[in-house]
Amino acid sequence: MAMSKRKRARIVRAVQYAVLVVVVVVVAVAADWGRVANAFFDLDVAGGMFPEVITVALVNTLIYTGLGFGFGLVLGLVVALMRLSSVRAYRWIAGAYVEFFRGLPALLVILAIGSGIPLAFPGTILDRYVSIMIALGIVGSAYMAETIRAGIQAVPKGQVEAARSLGMSQSKAMVWIVIPQAFKIILPPLTNELILLTKDSSLVLFLGSSQVQYELTQFGRTELNQSRSLTPVLVAGICYLIITIPLSYLSRYLERRTGGTKIRSAEATEVAQPEEATK
Amino acid sequence: MSDEPAVRVTGLAKCFGDLKVLCGIDLSVATGEVVCVIGPSGSGKSTLLRCVNLLEEPDEGSVVVGGVDLTHEDSDIDAARRKIGMVFQSFNLFAHLTVLNNLTVAQRKVLGRDRAEANRVALANLEKVGLLEKANAMPAQLSGGQQQRVAIARALSMGPEVMLFDEPTSALDPELVGDVLEVMRDLADEGMTMLVVTHEMHFAREVADRVLFMDGGVVVEEGPAEQVIGAPEHERTRTFLARVLDPIHRVE
Ligand SMILES: Nc1ncnc2c1ncn2[C@@H]1O[C@H](COP(=O)(O)OP(=O)(O)O)[C@@H](O)[C@H]1O
Ligand SMILES: [Mg+2]
Repeated sequence: MAMSKRKRARIVRAVQYAVLVVVVVVVAVAADWGRVANAFFDLDVAGGMFPEVITVALVNTLIYTGLGFGFGLVLGLVVALMRLSSVRAYRWIAGAYVEFFRGLPALLVILAIGSGIPLAFPGTILDRYVSIMIALGIVGSAYMAETIRAGIQAVPKGQVEAARSLGMSQSKAMVWIVIPQAFKIILPPLTNELILLTKDSSLVLFLGSSQVQYELTQFGRTELNQSRSLTPVLVAGICYLIITIPLSYLSRYLERRTGGTKIRSAEATEVAQPEEATK
Repeated sequence: MSDEPAVRVTGLAKCFGDLKVLCGIDLSVATGEVVCVIGPSGSGKSTLLRCVNLLEEPDEGSVVVGGVDLTHEDSDIDAARRKIGMVFQSFNLFAHLTVLNNLTVAQRKVLGRDRAEANRVALANLEKVGLLEKANAMPAQLSGGQQQRVAIARALSMGPEVMLFDEPTSALDPELVGDVLEVMRDLADEGMTMLVVTHEMHFAREVADRVLFMDGGVVVEEGPAEQVIGAPEHERTRTFLARVLDPIHRVE
């Protein structure tokens, strides 16, 4: 049993590589690559998707995501402030809201809200775009509320005390001192939530829409049905990556710039505060 | 003017859970007077100061500043705080704002001054603390001593009637202490009413009109600086002063 740590690590790694190689070889031999290539890399089908895949589908994905993110951010801020309120009823409502919408699949929420709103307000200005904005916004808001709450709690207590000592009310201190600093801290996780919402925006295809309202996934699926080729799936996928990969880099850049402040739990931030009593 | 003091604290008591931190403090600071509070760590000095502008809510007793009873339930605490400047041990400059905006944000959002007026007041106060050239710097770019002088200028920009200082030099490197004390001395010379918690005995001796020694949540001894620091009556005061003035060769 006298095996050095380093030797054991080397053996484990060798086994891992061996397994990887076997899997790759089996998949490569077993799959019918010719058919895959035919299905996914049909240049005629790909060419036929332009320019609509960009001018309609990509643009709609950006619009739906942007609307949903904006609305979700406002909603998330309100819920976060309610969670931190001194009024117990507000805290309870906000807590229930977060648990409820985090616990449901995004698709169910979008189906319920997106179809429910037009039913509840027939013939009003609450048209498709507004329904989508509210549905996607609610999906994102439950997560964003928790992120924003952690950000607010990560702002050192001394900042609020300084603001209050200058005569600012609780709400003025919140608006002018705490929230700007909280958002600076949570910019990286918020960017990640924007990526998640970009992907979740595909779920609005279940709400049904006219052609000019197609976003990437529905556009790809319609082309798929017409062309009997899988190429549209590949093209739509690439379009998503064009949006999400730069966002991912942005998030990492912001994280590095803010010194990698990680927001996990509110408890962790308590320790980080400058402690006067220890002097 | 009446002989009502700028600050009058009566029978102040404060507990944190089971811990009794302040056990009936009486204190008054006359207009234009400088009072220094000294005492061992944990004796309740910060808590006393924080009760004066109600950052901590007193359990018992009253705090009257400029003739307004802050502990009365109908008092407008935000309005009262505008007249009470506070300087913290850890500076607490607003990290997301430039030095200039640190000085103007409360002027504009609380006093309703326009940007030009707020800037004018801010720049005058920055000049007073000798940091005019740092107006556009961010707090993180300043040394501790510079940050604390900005914090003083920030409090002064609200035009306070009383200034509270909670160990303003305790978090500073020794060579930066002098600049901050000099600003405070100038302020005292101009006639500002000041309540200062400090361990700087030289400052207390030279600037304070009166010194209070606190221990265990009560005022043990008070009087002119030369008396409390130079010839203390109480054993506890003597022990404390011996430790502060000669930390290496502890007496006994
Ligand atoms: N917010 C608080 N909650 C609980 N205990 C506190 C709090 N603030 C201060 N204390 C306790 O009260 C005592 C006095 O603290 P403080 O007023 O800061 O003393 P000093 O400033 O003289 O060192 C200390 O034991 C401290 O731990
Ligand atoms: Mg203290």
